[in-house]
Formats: sequence, C-alpha cells, structure tokens
Amino acid sequence: MHTSPPRPAKPQDNAIIFDDARVTRGDRVIWRNGSFSIPTGSVTAIVGTNGAGKTTMMNVELGLIPLSAGSVTVLGSPAGSANARIGYVPQSYTSEVDANITSEQSVLLGLTGMRFGIHPVTRAQRDKARRAMEFAGIADRARYRLSQLSGGQRQRVAIAQALVSDPKLLMLDEPLANLDLASQRATVHVLARLNRELGTTIQVVAHDLNMLLPILTGAVYLLDGHPHYAAMDEVLDADLLTHLYGTQVQVVTTPQGDIFVTPSPDEPQDATQDVHDPTEVAQFHHHHGDRPRRVDHDEEGRQ
Amino acid sequence: MSHVNFTFDPQWWTTLHAPFMGNAFLAGICIAVASGVMGYFTIARHSTFAAHALAHIGLPGATGAVLLGLPVSMGLGIFALGGALTIGALGKRASQREIATGTVLAFATGLGLFFARLSTSATQQMQSILFGSILTITNGQIVGFVVFDAVLILLLAVIYRPLLFSSLDEQVAQAKGVPIALMNVAFMAVMAGVVTIAVPAVGTLLVFALVITPAATANIIAPSPFRSMLIASCLCLVSIWGGLAISAMFPAPPSFIIVTISTLFWAVAKAVNGLRQR
Repeated sequence: MHTSPPRPAKPQDNAIIFDDARVTRGDRVIWRNGSFSIPTGSVTAIVGTNGAGKTTMMNVELGLIPLSAGSVTVLGSPAGSANARIGYVPQSYTSEVDANITSEQSVLLGLTGMRFGIHPVTRAQRDKARRAMEFAGIADRARYRLSQLSGGQRQRVAIAQALVSDPKLLMLDEPLANLDLASQRATVHVLARLNRELGTTIQVVAHDLNMLLPILTGAVYLLDGHPHYAAMDEVLDADLLTHLYGTQVQVVTTPQGDIFVTPSPDEPQDATQDVHDPTEVAQFHHHHGDRPRRVDHDEEGRQ
Repeated sequence: MSHVNFTFDPQWWTTLHAPFMGNAFLAGICIAVASGVMGYFTIARHSTFAAHALAHIGLPGATGAVLLGLPVSMGLGIFALGGALTIGALGKRASQREIATGTVLAFATGLGLFFARLSTSATQQMQSILFGSILTITNGQIVGFVVFDAVLILLLAVIYRPLLFSSLDEQVAQAKGVPIALMNVAFMAVMAGVVTIAVPAVGTLLVFALVITPAATANIIAPSPFRSMLIASCLCLVSIWGGLAISAMFPAPPSFIIVTISTLFWAVAKAVNGLRQR
C-alpha cells in the first residue's frame, strides 16, 4: 500500500491547537487537561476505548459542544468559526436512507445546503460536485440513489460531500467501521491521495488502527480522561497501546515492513486485564517529549 | 345486513356541479399542494409518526372548540400547533421517540372523546372530525387554506435548501452552520398547518394516507426531491378529486375512496418497484 512520508510541518503551522481544554457533561468530566497541537497536513487518528470521548472531541473541534475550560483553536480561529473550511463525515452514512435523492444531489447539498433563498444550481457547482465525486471514486454512481448504494459507496458519497467545499481539514468519524476489506482500502486510498495531492489535514476517529497505519502521522489518544497527541512512532508502543485498549496488545512488523497492532495471542488465563499502574501511566502521559519510546517488536507484553 | 345499496348513481355528473362540490375540489388543490411538499420532508426527517400524532393531538382541540362554540379548524390548529412546537422544541430525535409519541397520541384521542361527550353538538361532529367531511368545507375555510398555502410556499422559497439539508443530513448540516433547531421547529409548525387543512378532508384517523402516502409513492417514482414533491402533489390531487367523483357515482363516503386511491397508488408503485429490482 501507499506509504506517504509524514510531511514536515512548521511548528507555528498547526491545524488544531488544544489549550488546557476540558469537557463536562452534567457533573461528569469527559476529559480534561487537553493541551497539544496537531500540525497542518497531518493525518491523525483519535483513539481510545468506547465512551472515552472520541466523537465528543470532534464535536468540540466543530464548536458543537462547548468547553467548560480552556480553548480549542481550529484553522487559526476559535472552534466553530472556521467550519466552512472543514469537511465533516459523521458515522450516520450507515443508517437507513428513506429519502430518494441521488449521490450527486447529496454531494451538491455540501455546497448549497446552507443557503437560504432561491438559488438554482449553477454549472460551476455541478462541475465541482463532479470533481469531488471523481476524487472520492464514486463518480460512476452519480445518478444512483443513496438507497441503492452499499455502505462503502455511501461513505464515499459522504466524503465527496465533505470535499466539495474544498476543506482544509477533513474530519471523519469511524470511516472504516462496518465496511468490508475492499471498501476500507478504497477509503484509505482516497484519504491518502487527499492528504498527498491536496495537502488536506485529516483527522479520523478509529477503533482499529491497522488499516490506517500506512497513512497516519500521529494520533490523539484518550487515556485516563486526558487527551494527548503524539507522533506515530511514539504511539506504536505496545505498552501504551495495551493501556489504551485495556487489553494486552503487541506491535508486529512484518519482513516487508508493514506494521500491525494485534492482541497478544498467548495472554495467560491469570493475567490481570487492567495493567494500569498509576505511576507508570503518569510517565506515559507527561514524558513522551523527553523520553522517546521506541517500538519494540519483540516485546510480548509485560509479565 | 339486510340491504346494501351499492348502485351506480346516473346523476353523478350533476352532483359534481353542486356548489359544495366546488369548495371540495378547491380544498383538494390546497391540500394537495401542502401535503405533497411537506410529505417529502416528513419522510426525509423520519417524522411520519410524529406527523400522524399531530392530527390526534388536534382532536381534543377540535371537539373542545365545538364545546366552546368556536370553529373546529381553529381548535384543531391551536392544539396541533402546540403539540408541534413541543415536539419541535424537544429536537428531531424526540419526534422519533415512538413510545412517547404513541402515548401522547392515545391520551389526546381519549381527551378528544371526553370533550365530545360533554355536549351533543360535539358528539355529532365527532365522526366528521375523525373521518373527515370534505363536502361540508365552507368558503371561509377555503380562504384559510389558500392563505396557508401561500405562506407555506413563501416560507419554503426561503428555507428550502437548509431544511432539505437538515432533513437528510442533520449532523453535517449542523456542522456547516445550518440552524437545525430552528429548522426543526419550522418544520413541525408547518406540519401542524398541513394537518389542520387536511383533517377536514379525510379526518384525523386517515390523514396519514393523504399527507404521507403520496409522498412515499412519489419517492419510489422520482429520483429528486423537487420532482418527488410535484408528483406527490399530483397523486394527492388525483386521490381527492377521484374520491369526490367516485363517491358521487356510488354511495360510499369520499374519505374512504380518497384513502383507497392513495393506498392503491402506493401499493402498485411498491409492487412494480419490487418486481423491477428482482
């Protein structure tokens, strides 16, 4: 597959900046102490266990959920005020489609759906929609109804809809969930091209990192109620991932150089599932800057 | 069943020219325009059950109005609007809460019955509120219908695209800055109006077949929102006018024929579509 090298980002050139951000729902703190910067032109995964607040993080970046403390800056503006330059693909493409609209009409709504008043669709808008669909590899289904498309095709329509307004930042919530292997590859391929050819910054909420590993430059991981950002070589650490997933995980490199994150096959019956040790975890959190963690491919867990 | 009279009435053409028929045909046009357009949005928003419930929420308003000596449409409209704004304020997801909606629907219907039993005139009107009486629509009602349609079309000219976007893709629309809460309230308020003008034709119980069913049929036929709305309006109009004509020929209530035609269109479209996809 494609191995696009992480593009070097100027330090001042950050697409997303979290500064001591905290989100609460009712009395419950979802996460707090979020301070990190995601470089422009990066491809980032948001990872964490169920309920860790991954989708919440995207909603914060879109300004849809207010922070209870701190600040989030997206594309140089406070969260929510740069949304015209953000493409957003929620997970809802998997839900039932009752409406009769075609792929093309759906993509066009990404351009025209915000406008009040009567605005006939122009030729330029149609051309734009066509180009976005070509980029997403779904142009041959332009006249199909959404209800006639498979989950993977509908997802690419949703990506085309997000692309049609030329976003600088593309955010996708679980884009690979519920897709078969071929559709997953097709989606990753679109994202890789988008990042490489148009320089779009991409952020992806993901459960399974493996499909995305070839294009990821970093990850935001939600661990113990704090979001952190780290470059990919730091994230690909069996210890960190074991903490992150709450189950024994190892990182394997094949002779071809492909990297896989996989549950340990030989986890003993009496192994403690929760391997958290507060002092160790604290080290994971705060010291990856001065203590670079290398991927140790032979490590078989920490028993 | 000693004697069922189901004979053809040769005077039907004359009947169709009676003055009350004129109003019925005009009402048909107004209802078809409103239902065809809003039916599409109702389906796209997965709010068909909520729309159906609005008619039932309007029932105690209608019988209560009779009790107080007010116009039926006024009471119906006020209650439907109140229900619509409540559901709308709770958000789009609330309109999908089937259990809450169904419970309120049943309670409202019961309350409507209670009001109806408090006076003899309301009891007499109960049947026409439940099942409609398109042949008794007054000139005043027609004026109200025309005004409503005009307001509806003007409003839609302004909010068409954001309403469509928020109906089809609420999360993305919200991220793009479409005021989805406002769209939701606007949609529900307009639906209350549509229900208010459709109930005199077919009644609270059958309104689904007039507002939602033609739109569902049109969705099968047409591949675009605008065309779907046009076709739904035509189907709705054919159902109402056909119902009026056939009920003039045969002794059957217009509501029954209207709902039957609408259902037949839907069933045929479903069947043809099913066969084609095989």
